[in-house]
Amino acid sequence: MFEQTTLAVVFVGLMGLSVLLYAILDGYDLGVGMLLPLKNDSECDSMIASIGPFWDANETWLVMAVGLLLIAFPLAHSIVFKALYLPTLLLLISLIMRGIAFDFRVKAPFSHKPTWNLMFKLGSLLAALSQGYMLGMYIMGFEQSVAAVLFSLLSALGVTAAYCLIGAAWLVMKTEHTLQRKAINWTKKSLIGCFIGVVAVSFINPLVNPDVFKTWLSNDNAWLILPLPILCFALFVIGFRKIKQLSELTHDDHCWQPFVITVAIFTLCFSGLAISFFPYIVPGQLTIWQAVAAPEALNFILWGAIIVIPTIIGYTIFSYRVFWGKVTELTYY
Amino acid sequence: MLETLMLSRIQFAANISFHILFPTITIALSWFLVYFKIRFDQTQHPVWMRAYRFWVKIFALTFAIGVVTGITMSFQFGTNWPGFMEKVGNIAGPLLGYEVLTAFFLEASFLGIMLFGIKRVPPKIHTLSTIIVAIGTSLSAFWILALNSWMQTPTGFEMRDGVAFPVDWLDIIFNPSFPYRLSHMLIASGLTAAFLIAGVSAYRLLKGDDKRAPKLTLKISLTVAMLLTPLQAFVGDLHGLNTLEHQPQKIAAMEGVWHTEKSAPLLLFAIVDEEKRTNHFELGLPGIASLILTHDINGEIKGLNEFEGNHPPVAPVFYAFRIMIGIGVLMLLISWLAGIKLWRQKTLSPWLLKAIVAMTFSGWIATLAGWYVTEIGRQPWLVTGVLTVKEAATDIAAGNVAFSLALYLIIYVIVMAAYLHTLFTMAKRAIEIEDFDAEPTAATNTQELHHV
Ligand code: HDD
Ligand code: HEM
Ligand code: HEM
Repeated sequence: MFEQTTLAVVFVGLMGLSVLLYAILDGYDLGVGMLLPLKNDSECDSMIASIGPFWDANETWLVMAVGLLLIAFPLAHSIVFKALYLPTLLLLISLIMRGIAFDFRVKAPFSHKPTWNLMFKLGSLLAALSQGYMLGMYIMGFEQSVAAVLFSLLSALGVTAAYCLIGAAWLVMKTEHTLQRKAINWTKKSLIGCFIGVVAVSFINPLVNPDVFKTWLSNDNAWLILPLPILCFALFVIGFRKIKQLSELTHDDHCWQPFVITVAIFTLCFSGLAISFFPYIVPGQLTIWQAVAAPEALNFILWGAIIVIPTIIGYTIFSYRVFWGKVTELTYY
Repeated sequence: MLETLMLSRIQFAANISFHILFPTITIALSWFLVYFKIRFDQTQHPVWMRAYRFWVKIFALTFAIGVVTGITMSFQFGTNWPGFMEKVGNIAGPLLGYEVLTAFFLEASFLGIMLFGIKRVPPKIHTLSTIIVAIGTSLSAFWILALNSWMQTPTGFEMRDGVAFPVDWLDIIFNPSFPYRLSHMLIASGLTAAFLIAGVSAYRLLKGDDKRAPKLTLKISLTVAMLLTPLQAFVGDLHGLNTLEHQPQKIAAMEGVWHTEKSAPLLLFAIVDEEKRTNHFELGLPGIASLILTHDINGEIKGLNEFEGNHPPVAPVFYAFRIMIGIGVLMLLISWLAGIKLWRQKTLSPWLLKAIVAMTFSGWIATLAGWYVTEIGRQPWLVTGVLTVKEAATDIAAGNVAFSLALYLIIYVIVMAAYLHTLFTMAKRAIEIEDFDAEPTAATNTQELHHV
């Protein structure tokens, strides 16, 4: 049996893990969706085949993250989703459009396929934009002002660029020949977009949130966390160099590097945000200790989680191994 | 805030009603697929593989819609029913959490291998993945129905400062109505899938499909329906007795009993008049309701007069109950009639095939009707005796809820039209494809083979 204060930290950690895994995993499949070249049907097929076996499980991390917020911090859950009612609606609608397009595009009458491809692309784009907007609103503490909306729009573009980046990097790893060349080009462009986004958010965030400013700049322990942005900057530089190399290479041995670098960038940026807001669960309003649910409930679910989460990670790895290597056509048999 | 409340109720009802249509199919269809796959592994006869291949695609389509509409559900509690989580979150939260942990990840991860991995893993692992997906869907029914049943008949908790705290988790999960609700729902799912398979197979036969696979699936699904229909009536009866014990006002509304009476009739038909608190044009079997519910033809049934001001609206519960039972009886008749004919004469006449096609989606209607009985029948409570629907509602502006509701409804209409259209396109496409005894090669029908 754990104490309530410990439980709050454990659960915010689990929730953070789920959000990060969601951003990485569904990030790449949303990114692939946004990059679909609608004019080229066979490339659409290969790109969607590369995410086919995974997208459903990837999306489950979102259900998990929202579920953990609901279970462990029910008060925060109501505040967050009441404030984000309309962006959440947009997110849900776009996820519905996209999930359905994935299946209908090959099963509906063939003449409808281009329409479903378009739907898949639009759904992916809207989902990314609305998630970025929600992130921006969260950082601004759900303030209702023009400045907050502008910042959230910027954040929407940033997250969209980041998902394009990880999607393109995924394709560099999973595809060959012309499509891989295209993916390398997409990676380069979205790396630039993502870099601008990260820099902008990192500068604006401490300026608008005094607590964040304190954490990063006027804290005795700031030197402990300062390596984070430096490392992140270094990764961007390495990313640019690798991409340049890849576009000149003729062999395929390093195709996994952009993806791994992107995952590292995601992890660092996410840790940066997490450090900025800890221990707040709703920035400036509610800490994790004020919002945490009853220990009876949390202990009950924690024991299950301790057993089940490693199992989930285990069979997720198994599933990635089954579909290891370059993408081949997806067939039901 | 009354508008917001009403709109939130309609939105919740619309979302869950739309969501449940797809799980009811996938929960049982996955077990049918397990059966086809195991039979193929045992016999290596291609007809089992063909049955599997046709239905696994319909399964994938249905599953995808189930997943994305389900994600909507998990946001609903926070957006529209904040009072629900504030008051009973300590109990509802972990039950929903276990559903994600034990069911959703399992089914979503192995689904990839089940659908696309058949050439990449050994046959045993593929069959195992199919079984795991089936277990996952049934597990998610287990957890979500544990929660729903707890909301109907709450036990194993205590109230402190107006908030529910768990005391005994086993009591919470295995609350009094849970065993009945779980078994009734799983059988409902079995019937829904059986009639879907029977209907689409009969459609293919009617259109002149001469292959063995649709005949085989017709036979199997009719057999399952013949077994499950009487079982469902039996379990439903036990379920009703349990409800009589715990929610007598719901039974009074289901039976349309306005005043406590002995030897109450089983009403086959009546027009309910909520204003005058009576029925018109009653057509009933005398004493039978008492006989069913109390096992005594002179038994007493408590009427709605004993719960005035504290019972659900009667008309929807009363009519929905009759729709469910009516379809149950129809299912029983058709499955036995067709089953016996098929057994004796090996074929079915066109009119029987047409009747089976007409029943394709009967499971959906009965399932929705059943849920309407259960859910409307517990009004005004959300959690019986603990929380009313009104207390749980959000205070978001009504305009926002109206907007989201309208958007959902539009999407649902589009998705439903596309789903039905695609289902029958797939059936027609399957008819045109030649029957092959060998493994199909890419050349025979490229379009059919490829997912993307
Ligand atoms: C009796 C069965 C049943 C009932 C009453 C419900 N569900 Fe459901 N749900 C399932 C049976 C199911 C399933 C069979 O497990 C699904 C459907 C298709 C699928 O892929 O999984 C599913 C999918 C599904 C998903 C997506 C899971 C994933 O990512 O794989 C979510 C988030 C929910 N549901 C949430 C809910 C909520 C919050 C409900 C109630 C308010 C609810 N469901 C009612
Ligand atoms: C799966 C099939 C289900 C269907 C078709 C269904 C249908 C409905 C309907 C029609 C109502 C509206 C009653 C009214 O307001 O008059 C309702 C209410 C409600 N149900 Fe269900 N339900 C289902 C399952 C569940 C489950 C599994 C849960 C919870 C875990 C749940 C939670 C609720 C809640 C919170 C309400 C109150 C909101 C309201 O009154 O609209 N339902 N449901
Ligand atoms: C033929 C005899 C049947 C009987 C006697 C029967 C009985 C019942 C009763 C008494 C309830 C209300 C439970 C409550 O009080 O909350 C119920 C609910 C329900 N029924 Fe039936 N039923 C029958 C057939 C069917 C059929 C054929 C289906 C679907 C294929 C079905 C699906 C449902 C569902 C989904 C519910 C709501 C969930 C639940 O509470 O279990 N029923 N049924």
